[in-house]
Amino acid sequence: MRMLGKGNPSKAETLDVLLSQTQRPTTAWSPLAPAPPTLLLAPPFTKQILREIPLFKGHWNRMAVPEKPVLYSYFRSSCSWRVRIALALKGIDYDILPISLIKDGGQQFTKEFKTLNPMSQVPTLKIDGIILTQSLAIIEYLEETRPTPVRLLPQDPKKRAHVRMISDLIASGIQPLQNLSVLKKVGQETQLAWAQAVINSGFGALEHVLQSTAGKYCVGNEISMADLCLVPQVANAERFKVDLSSYPTINRINKTLLTMEAFQVSHPSRQPDTPPEFQA
Amino acid sequence: MQAGKPVLYSYFRSSCSWRVRIALALKGIDYDILPISLIKDGGQQFTKEFKTLNPMSQVPTLKIDGIILTQSLAIIEYLEETRPTPVRLLPQDPKKRAHVRMISDLIASGIQPLQNLSVLKKVGQETQLAWAQAVINSGFGALEHVLQSTAGKYCVGNEISMADLCLVPQVANAERFKVDLSSYPTINRINKTLLTMEAFQVSHPSRQPDTPPEFQA
Repeated sequence: MRMLGKGNPSKAETLDVLLSQTQRPTTAWSPLAPAPPTLLLAPPFTKQILREIPLFKGHWNRMAVPEKPVLYSYFRSSCSWRVRIALALKGIDYDILPISLIKDGGQQFTKEFKTLNPMSQVPTLKIDGIILTQSLAIIEYLEETRPTPVRLLPQDPKKRAHVRMISDLIASGIQPLQNLSVLKKVGQETQLAWAQAVINSGFGALEHVLQSTAGKYCVGNEISMADLCLVPQVANAERFKVDLSSYPTINRINKTLLTMEAFQVSHPSRQPDTPPEFQA
Repeated sequence: MQAGKPVLYSYFRSSCSWRVRIALALKGIDYDILPISLIKDGGQQFTKEFKTLNPMSQVPTLKIDGIILTQSLAIIEYLEETRPTPVRLLPQDPKKRAHVRMISDLIASGIQPLQNLSVLKKVGQETQLAWAQAVINSGFGALEHVLQSTAGKYCVGNEISMADLCLVPQVANAERFKVDLSSYPTINRINKTLLTMEAFQVSHPSRQPDTPPEFQA
């Protein structure tokens, strides 16, 4: 069973079943598919009847139907959350295929998933006939192909540079140093102190940067890709018991963003694979 | 130093700085280098003055057009948007652009930060070589697969891109940590092709103002 990104949480199924479903050709009728000329002129009531006649139904079904994007995601992956926020802000309907980073030794390591993403990481997005990895590359692709209703990068090149700078500070300078695979290498005894050190170091720098760039949001008063990186990283900080009171600007912007619907529907506590103990 | 010329804070052997040096060379942008030694004096990136420019205490940092930019890929995208000629660093097609960014990020988020100087210091002298090799082998194994779908003459098709600017410096890091590149034939081939280009040579770590004598070409 597929789960709607916006939606209705239901029980996650195994990766095998879900992968086989994505290979099934889509034959559902879609209101978005262009209708043949004879049908176009018919009144709606007639169209409804015509569609049920095998001749027309077959024709209708063979029309190209764009497949919904599929996001391979883990409820608590901060990188996956960035993309979930982007999809929500842009009003893009999508399906989630959950990949547990913990169960079965980590479902990201299966041969099937490695074919999709050789780095064995989430998020991974199937969209427009291609497979994309790396959350910021995905977000920039969404921005370029679906610019409305909300832009995630400003128009001005200097502001765009600031947005990317902050996004990269988080996505290259903090998160990878405290992700699951690094913490495993560091070992159980050291991992909490390691994660805290990495986050404090990065947030100390980010707090300074934001003092020059921030308005209501990370860069001025328009939401951007930087904000999509900030909130999930703050959630990571909280998980590792980092004291956020040292970072008032980060704290303020995070609180503002969390009141927005896109940040709520995409929240780790509300995902199809959220375990009961973490549900909102 | 001329007023108005961009100023790049760079370390000869920093792979992230090298990415930006290649971009500046490809775009024919004249600039000054202010070397920041990551080793001398406990690391010049930690001075109060430099921290004001880059609170992360990292190179590269670029002063350009009246602003200060950090993060090599953010810098490169800014150069691309403000100085698109003579060489473009991102293709026009959105899907190809996504592939360029995906490969760049695989390297710039997925490999390099895990083996940079500050992480290796934390890991400690006894473990650091094995750690760096593991991180690079893991990333290059994945990258080799990715390139098999995307690469032509270069990382993405037959036009040079930001992905290539990330590849060459990371291969240099791999060599420094004695990683065996024969397992990565596509990476190896593209790296060799790129190193024949002038922009990759003038920007090379062996030819920088702060290159120590023992590392000079």
